[in-house]
Formats: sequence, structure tokens, C-alpha cells
Amino acid sequence: MSARTRSERRLGWLLCAPAAIAMLAVTAYPIGYALVLSVQQVDLRFPDESGFVGFQNYSAVLTSSLWWTDVFNTVFLSVISVTIELALGMAIALVMHRAIFGRGLVRTSVLIPYGIVTVVAAFSWQFAFAPDTGFVNQLPLIADDMDWFGGRFSSFAVIIMAEVWKTTPFMALLLLAGLTTIDNGLYDAAKVDGASAWQRFTKITLPLMKPAILVALLFRTLDAFRIFDTIFIMTAGAQNTESVSILGYNQLISRLNLGLGSAVSVLIFIAVLIIAMLFVKGLGARQPDMEKG
Amino acid sequence: MERTPRDKAMWSIAILLVTLFALIPVLWIISLSLKTPATITDQSFIPTELTLENYKGLFEGGISDSPFIKPLINSLLIASITTAISIVLASFAAYAIARLEFPGRRLILAGALAIAMFPPISTVGPLFDMWRTLGLYDTYPGLIIPYLTFSLPLAIYTLVAFFREIPWELEQAAQVDGATPFQAFRKVIVPLAAPGMFTAAILVFIFAWNDFLFAISLTSSDASRTVPAALAFFTGDSQFTQPTGNIAAAAVLVTVPIIIFVLLFQRRIVAGLTAGAVKG
Repeated sequence: MSARTRSERRLGWLLCAPAAIAMLAVTAYPIGYALVLSVQQVDLRFPDESGFVGFQNYSAVLTSSLWWTDVFNTVFLSVISVTIELALGMAIALVMHRAIFGRGLVRTSVLIPYGIVTVVAAFSWQFAFAPDTGFVNQLPLIADDMDWFGGRFSSFAVIIMAEVWKTTPFMALLLLAGLTTIDNGLYDAAKVDGASAWQRFTKITLPLMKPAILVALLFRTLDAFRIFDTIFIMTAGAQNTESVSILGYNQLISRLNLGLGSAVSVLIFIAVLIIAMLFVKGLGARQPDMEKG
Repeated sequence: MERTPRDKAMWSIAILLVTLFALIPVLWIISLSLKTPATITDQSFIPTELTLENYKGLFEGGISDSPFIKPLINSLLIASITTAISIVLASFAAYAIARLEFPGRRLILAGALAIAMFPPISTVGPLFDMWRTLGLYDTYPGLIIPYLTFSLPLAIYTLVAFFREIPWELEQAAQVDGATPFQAFRKVIVPLAAPGMFTAAILVFIFAWNDFLFAISLTSSDASRTVPAALAFFTGDSQFTQPTGNIAAAAVLVTVPIIIFVLLFQRRIVAGLTAGAVKG
């Protein structure tokens, strides 16, 4: 190895070290600490009763119906909102890609939800649907006294609406970037061969966009799985609308039960790991080639 | 491609729908913030009586009693400091990844990607416990540190994508033309790198400005509570009045500047948001 290569390596590590340390400090160490806490009884309200309890916290979480309700809620909300976002995001991306006019207007509009604080958006939608302040119940076809937050699935409907509104722009922009990489010549050739618009979409656009779609889905699914802000503001988990992140927060911060809460944290971490691995497997053939990046 | 009038009408409707859907919650919260206490429950989308009382209420009592001023200052400072540190650290790393040959490059990028996917709730409990021991609970650094961690992947990916496009040979060219290394860096490289760094800075700032989970978990008072967390704890003037108007007014104040900013720099933001994700 030449002196130049060696010094280049050293400089490379040196430049990356601060960022690497900052990233590890609040992820690797705490998740390790969470593992340690999760096999102990640590309840800050009863500090004298601490001690090693093995997998007792895990079995307490995994046998509680609340955990499984929250897992169902989180998966349900993630799947429905990401599905709607994909369909809507694809439509918006196509509009932005093919529009003869108004492209700038659409881009400007979709960036508005991105710029808004999630908590603010959650409040706005909550006030819009609340029976006392909201305008939604005044709309035609909706009962004037509809109590959206009084039931589980009507609450979900509003939560999904807010999530879709907030995050579709990101999906649309990622998909648009994928669309622009497709050679227009392919469409012209398909047209000459007599392919319909729908055929062109399913036989050219979708297959060529598979990597972009999977990347967008991966990011959004993991993001959706962490859902916290919107539910906290809208229902705070009432009517059985709690997500796993809300459960973790309640155990850790409201009840100060660090042992049980950490078991929830570790289980969420494992769930996220599994989702990520499934997607990476799906991406398979096209492993991100970071050289060209 | 030929366009019939029917096509045009369809496009117009699609564009109109998208624009309306994007704007409704914003217009609605502005409308609420301008309603008087008597009309706030009138359920009308357009306010019938206008007032600025909701905004005034936010600033009453000065910095010590106002429920909004201190959190606003906290939000501004915490997001700005996070942005500054994050961009400096990310620029070092991105420069190394984009320009230098060393074996750890893939590792750093893969690690950053893993952290972008990491569930923040999994770190909240341990951080809560650690911060109380270390005296960082309810302080600025207590929030800035986790924000740094979770914003760095975004900043690194954005910057690497931008830095790879920079024609670094220009630096040598300038030196051949007689510029000192520092001049070459300042007059050639800095102007070329600035747009990417600016874009990354916007994305990081919005990320820190938006966070809610850490903000409610790691703070307990106005000493370091940011606006999103403060909004969740707003109370009415008395126990019988809902703080709806005040929440709406505060929401508008933290939203409008960001929206203006986002719209001014929309091209950059679009480039930044898609740079890392699609190519990486």
C-alpha cells in the first residue's frame, strides 16, 4: 500500500468518524441498553423492586391482548395508508410527469403537506372532523351528528386521511424521479405497435419502475409502522386506536415502567428489522450499487 | 402527442383536485385561527366574524407567562443548532465518501441507511433514563443529540449525491491558473458545493422542526419544550374553554413561514428528497 493510499484512507476515516459516532451514540448504545433494561424489573415509581427477571417482561407483553390489538392497529393503519399513498402517489406522479400545463402548480401543492408539522396537520384534520368545530359534518352525504372519534374504525378513517395527506407528496416525488428515468422512445414504439394506454402503463411503466416503487414502499412502510404523532393528537389511543409506538410511550414515559417499556421497544425494533429484510430481499436483484450511487 | 379539449378538461380537473386536497387543511386551520370564540363552533369553513384575538392571546404575559413564546424560541434554536452541526458533520463524511478511496465508504452509507429506518421509539426509554442520569433531560442538548443522529443519514445521502456531481478537477485547474489552494477552495469549490449544503440544511431543519416524539418524551417544561410538544399541552383560558382558537393560531404561526420557505426553494427540496433515495 502506498503512503498516498494509506493517508487517503486515514483521512477518509477521520472525516467520517464524527458523523459515525453521532449516529451510533443514539442508536446502537441505547438499543443495547434497552436490551439490558428489558430483562430487568425497572419501574421508576418503585425503585426498590429492581432486579433481573429474565424474559418475564417479554412474556408479559406477548401474552397481553393490548399488545396484539396495537400490533393489529399498527399493521392495519400501515397497510391501508401505504396502499392508498402508492395509488394516489402514482397518479400524482403521472400528472406531474405528463401534464402539459399546471405541472409547477401541482408540485407546489404537493410540497405543502411535506412542509407542515405533523402535529399541526393532525390538529387541523381533528378540528375538521370534530362534531363541535368541524366543517366535515356539514358536507352533503355526511350525517350532521357523526361522531368520528367515538368509534374505532371511524377514528382510523380520519387518522388514515391525515397520514395519506401528509406523506403522499414524498411518495409522489420518489415515483416521479423513477418515472423520469424511463426512455420515452419505449412508449412511442409501443404506441406504434398498437398498445393501449393501460397496456403501456402495466407493461412498460410498472416493470421499469419496480425498483423505485419498492424503495418508496420500504421507506413509507417503515415510517408508517412508527406512527405516533397523528394518533397521539387525535385520539391518544382512545377507542382501541393505540399503535405500538403509543404503547411504548405510555409504558416508558407515562408509567415510567422502563423494564416493560423496553421490552416493547425491542419488539418494535425486531418488527422493523423483519420488514426491512423482507423488502431488501424483494429488491434482491438490484442491490443498491453505492459505487455509482 | 395530440391533445383534445376533453384531455385538457380532464387534466384541469385532476390538477384542481390535487391542489384543493393539498390546501384544505391549511386554509381550514387559518380560518379557525381567525374565528371569534362565539363563532368557533359554527362549523363553517369560511369565518363569519374575523378577529386576531387568538394570535394576541399567544403572546400575552410576555416570555414568562405566554404559552407560546418560549417554545417558539426553543424550536428555532434547537432546529438551527441541529442543522448547523448536522451539516458540518455530514459534509465531512460526504466529502470523504464522494472523493476519497477508502474501504469504509460502503459501511458508512449502509449504516446511515440502517439508521434512517431505525424506530425512534426504541431509543426513547433508554435516552430518558440516560439523560436523567447525565443531567441532559429537559435541556437543549438532550434534544439536539437525538435530532443529529436521525438527521445525519438524510444529510449524508443528500450531500453525497450533490458532491458526486461537482467537477472537482476545477480546483486543480484554478491552482494551475495561479490561485492558492485556499483561493481555489473558496472561489471554486464552495460556490459549487453551497447549493447542495443549503438543500440538505433545509431538509434537516424541517426534520428537527417537525419532531414530536422526542420533544414530548425528553422534556418536561418550557425550558426546552418545542412548539409541537407545547401545542399538545395547550390549555384554555379557563377549564371550560377549549384552546381550539389558540392552537389554530399557533399552528398557523409555525406553519406559514415553513410553507413560504418550502415554496421558495421547491426545486431544491425536490432534488434533495429524491437524490439519496432513488439513486442510493
